[in-house]
Amino acid sequence: MIPAKANQHLYLAKNSGRKLRMKKGLIGWSFIAIATILICLFYFYPMIQALIMSFHSGNGLNQTFVGLDNYVRLVKDPVFLTTLKNTVIYLIIQVPIMIILAMFLSVLLNNKKLRLKGVYRTAIFLPCVTSLVAYSVIFKYLFGQDGIINLFLSKLSLISEPIPWLTDPFLAKIAIIIAITWRWTGYNMIFFLSALQNVDESIYEAARMDGASSVQQFFRITVPMLKPIILFTSITSTIGTLQLFDEVMNITKGGPANATMTISQYIYNLSFKYTPDFGYAATVSYSIVILIIFFSFIQFRVAGDKHE
Amino acid sequence: MNNWKHMLNYVVLTIAAIISVFPFIWMIVSATNKSVDVTAGRLLPGNQFVQNFHHLLERAELGTALINSAKISVITTVLALLIASLAGYGFEIFKSKFKDIVFNILLLSMMIPFAALMVPLFKMFGTITQTVPAFGIDTHTAVILPTITTAFLIFFFRQSTKMFPKEILEAGRMDGLTEFGIFFRIYIPTMKTSYAAAAIITFTSSWNSYLWPLVILQTPENQTIPLLISNLGSSYAPDYGMIMTAIVIATLPAALIFFIMQKHFVAGMMGSVK
Repeated sequence: MIPAKANQHLYLAKNSGRKLRMKKGLIGWSFIAIATILICLFYFYPMIQALIMSFHSGNGLNQTFVGLDNYVRLVKDPVFLTTLKNTVIYLIIQVPIMIILAMFLSVLLNNKKLRLKGVYRTAIFLPCVTSLVAYSVIFKYLFGQDGIINLFLSKLSLISEPIPWLTDPFLAKIAIIIAITWRWTGYNMIFFLSALQNVDESIYEAARMDGASSVQQFFRITVPMLKPIILFTSITSTIGTLQLFDEVMNITKGGPANATMTISQYIYNLSFKYTPDFGYAATVSYSIVILIIFFSFIQFRVAGDKHE
Repeated sequence: MNNWKHMLNYVVLTIAAIISVFPFIWMIVSATNKSVDVTAGRLLPGNQFVQNFHHLLERAELGTALINSAKISVITTVLALLIASLAGYGFEIFKSKFKDIVFNILLLSMMIPFAALMVPLFKMFGTITQTVPAFGIDTHTAVILPTITTAFLIFFFRQSTKMFPKEILEAGRMDGLTEFGIFFRIYIPTMKTSYAAAAIITFTSSWNSYLWPLVILQTPENQTIPLLISNLGSSYAPDYGMIMTAIVIATLPAALIFFIMQKHFVAGMMGSVK
């Protein structure tokens, strides 16, 4: 009798415990539900849609299944190859320059004896406040044929005639790289600065005792310590640069003759500017996804290898 | 030697600071000058600001664009914060293996570039237009909906919830509060700083967003500030003074929020790395 009753008791307790857990689980899900549904609806579902679309072709709503035709067209498309080349050039030139500059400035700012630290920090961070469109328009005018940069250079007698910043294919890329670097260096610098503030000063003192120069200190102590931040800023900057759109659209419109056009802008043009070809645009858009995965993987590998 | 190095430190930082600030000064100064003076390279403040402002009002629907941008940014911020903090809290407080898997899948969405989403999203809202025009193409709802949930914000709130003292939860349950009661009455007021940081990030990115509104909005009455500036900037005979006035006005809200809440801004950025 007694064991049976105890059993029943146990069963009841167990049952109510499970019910309670079930109930708690359900409440937990109700907290998460909206976000999960919306992310599936506005990120994952469109990605699947884009994949399906990339196997179709046609104008507007008349879509026919064409198999891998779009992908064959992609690897032969000279405009796509140009935009791919441009995007990769922006990436491999701009991102390293900006990361090194941000790290360098943060080390200078972290100097204990430095005065006016707050003023310098705010000034260098200030460009992040501007919207991408606003600063792009400003830079378009700064770099214009009769813009203020050419005006300065000619007043200083450094040039005899205006530099065609935005109409020369090579210089236009340089102008865009300068603009992006201006906008994002301060932003990345803040991450380095906060990391540096957590570094124990005694390590540097010990290094100085051992006779390490400040250059040696930088490469032997600072850079290894900042490795996680270097990885983080490189990956976020890479993802950002691979999606570059606002700047190019507003500074050069992709010109001269597609010399500055990015993949994102090509997708935009294919879908909304030329005769809409959504299927092919979706195919092009998958190239960015693949590039992001590829470059993030490389960066993780590079950072990971050094760690071993 | 050391002194010389110290000097160099100041010189480099000063050059970096001047380069960073110069376009701002040029923008503000140009907003107060005539277009002719701007092209002549005038770097002194003038007295043409009111005139430029009048030209701007004649030329563009500045007021409408400001109201549209404000409306979109405020609604986006409120909804984004609510949805993301509910989820971040849920993932951390009601932790389970399965939920962690879901969380990791959601994080993958951070890798998806917007350029890859815009075409299918445009088609999706095209379909919606046919049944519910109020939610379809060329509406502010369509601008807001795809941008209110980001894995980044969910991640941010989950990280912040880790620092939330769990004893308060138990105390709340003892007092007979429901789980949602605890969230709204205890969690939100305690986590004010996290909400402030998230609000700044969301508001500025919504205020400045360009590509999606460019794709989905069509009529001038619906356009936002970045679209207006982009249009003005691409005119063939630009009135520099007027355009710079527009840019100053567009930059002002984000800049003000930044200066008032600089500390939260940096804290929020760092919270995303930890």
